[in-house]
Amino acid sequence: MSVSEASGNTDDASKPADAPLIAFQGITKTYGQGQTAFLALRGVDLTIHAGEFLAIMGPSGSGKSTAMNILGCLDTPSAGAYLFQGAHVEHLDRNQRALLRRHYLGFVFQGFNLLARTSAQENVELPLLYRGEAPEKRHEAALAALALVGLSGWEHHTPAELSGGQQQRVAIARAIVTQPLVLLADEPTGNLDSKRSHEIMELLVRLNQEQQITVLMVTHEPDMAKYAYRNVHFVDGVVSSDSREEALPCS
Amino acid sequence: MFLNAILLALREICRNLMRSFLTILGIVIGVAAVITMVTLGNGATQAVADQISSLGSNLLILRPGQRLGPGRDGVSVPRFRIADAEAISSQVASLQAVAPVVNSGATLVAGNENWSSAINGTTNDYLIAGNWTLATGRAFSEDEEKLGRAVCIIGETVRAKLFKGQDPIGSPLRVKNFSCEVIGLLASKGQGAMGMDQDDMVIIPIRTAQRRFTGNQNVSTILVSMKDGVDSARVIEQIGDLMRERRKLADHEEDNFNIQDTKQIAQTLSGAIGTLTTMFGAVAAVSLLVGGIGIMNIMLVSVTERTREIGIRLAIGALEHEVLLQFLIEAVALSAFGGLVGIVLALLACPFLADLMQVPFVFDPFINLLSFGFSAAIGVLFGYMPARKAASLDPIEALRHE
Repeated sequence: MSVSEASGNTDDASKPADAPLIAFQGITKTYGQGQTAFLALRGVDLTIHAGEFLAIMGPSGSGKSTAMNILGCLDTPSAGAYLFQGAHVEHLDRNQRALLRRHYLGFVFQGFNLLARTSAQENVELPLLYRGEAPEKRHEAALAALALVGLSGWEHHTPAELSGGQQQRVAIARAIVTQPLVLLADEPTGNLDSKRSHEIMELLVRLNQEQQITVLMVTHEPDMAKYAYRNVHFVDGVVSSDSREEALPCS
Repeated sequence: MFLNAILLALREICRNLMRSFLTILGIVIGVAAVITMVTLGNGATQAVADQISSLGSNLLILRPGQRLGPGRDGVSVPRFRIADAEAISSQVASLQAVAPVVNSGATLVAGNENWSSAINGTTNDYLIAGNWTLATGRAFSEDEEKLGRAVCIIGETVRAKLFKGQDPIGSPLRVKNFSCEVIGLLASKGQGAMGMDQDDMVIIPIRTAQRRFTGNQNVSTILVSMKDGVDSARVIEQIGDLMRERRKLADHEEDNFNIQDTKQIAQTLSGAIGTLTTMFGAVAAVSLLVGGIGIMNIMLVSVTERTREIGIRLAIGALEHEVLLQFLIEAVALSAFGGLVGIVLALLACPFLADLMQVPFVFDPFINLLSFGFSAAIGVLFGYMPARKAASLDPIEALRHE
């Protein structure tokens, strides 16, 4: 399935060949109505190309989490256009967005969010289960993903038997097992000590470089943001600064 | 995809074995109760039918007095005589056997053993009316019946108590104060439904009983066995008319005797037990319903408790109906499994309880299937609401849930 199918635009050829992976055009998000309405995003324009490693920063309440939720198709914007691979996805319904997440996006959360009392391998296999992959293929892909995050031999451990860093690696393996285009990481190092944090960041950099996975990361730690090649700062619901490192590693 | 949902649901059940067990407990008890109640009820009905048919098929019982039981009419009511039985036998058509009976009891002595037993003074017709067959020996001869000879036919229990391993035929048996010769042994009928031992009795010729025991010409009851397919109402009417005539009752006088149709008693009793069975079954079914509410309760708690997990599933791309299906299948699998456990439990308990209540164990596949189907249906009914709730969660809110 392509994004165009999910969005209802059947004409795949119509999309520009050089379309950016993600384009926000005047995205706004309002919570509540009338007097108490709160404008979380006030017209965000943002273009992200395939292969980028982008850190979204900003104080709390700046709208970075809201932007991340919309980027991850967990939420829809109140106004504006969201183009994913050139296709409009801002008006997709719940299930269409779920399909889009299932096929193109991987999620890593601050709290790891692994299923308790479930082995690392089963956790990693979960997205493939929803994709309807055959058991052999699931096992194979899960083991490969766990190997990629350096957890070979830990397949049968449950989250309770793993350290925080290891749990986050399982979560990353779960996010990349479907070979997504984009990996969305919401404060992936928020619950880890600094040594583990750096390990996780190095892993994300490696995945970005070796697997060409676009990484979008929300963080409030400047140390972690340094790993990204592009830093976007949010203040009061708008992008206040957008800085790139000189040497883009890939592409 | 459906298989996937089943897989996910079963994994979840196995992951929380203790909770799953507690969840299905209500269903297990409900199903087990329904099946046990109905099975034992059926057994009791069967027992009554068995007992009545062991009394004899198509049997009518004539007793003096208007009704059964204590407080029946006093001694002034005229008793039956042997002549009454003979009159019925000769004047009413389509009868198989008419047996006048004098009931008594006595201590029996044979060798060094003694035993108290029921003594029935009657005729050979008693064997036909009561569906008795002789294991060994012979029935009374015409002479023995007419002259009231000291001979007897004994039941299996009496043989076992008094004669142990020996062949009783030809042996003397002391009945109260006279000695009689054992000429026959009845084939065992076993226990009656109410626990009484039908084999614990001695049959002697009726005239012997009248002479040696009661000292009068009275007959306690008359057993009338009708031929198969005879309209019992018509026969009862004919016998009734005959008895009124013989007792010289005027038109305005009520019967001073009663005729019971064992088939009718069986039907009445079976009907009453059937009603009770239905009632107990219904009460048990309510507990099944309560079990279903228990499942809904736990599933709702489970949805709240697993909100984060549902959020994860939704975030990584689970569709709404996939989550719905997973929770629904979880509920159905739980309740269906509970139903199965309930059936197994009931089938283990029923033979034991049936033995305790002395009723036969009658396996009824219908009630087992019905209970199982009902428990699965309860899973769908009470699982839907929690499943709906889980599926409609907002992934962002769910992920934020602590």
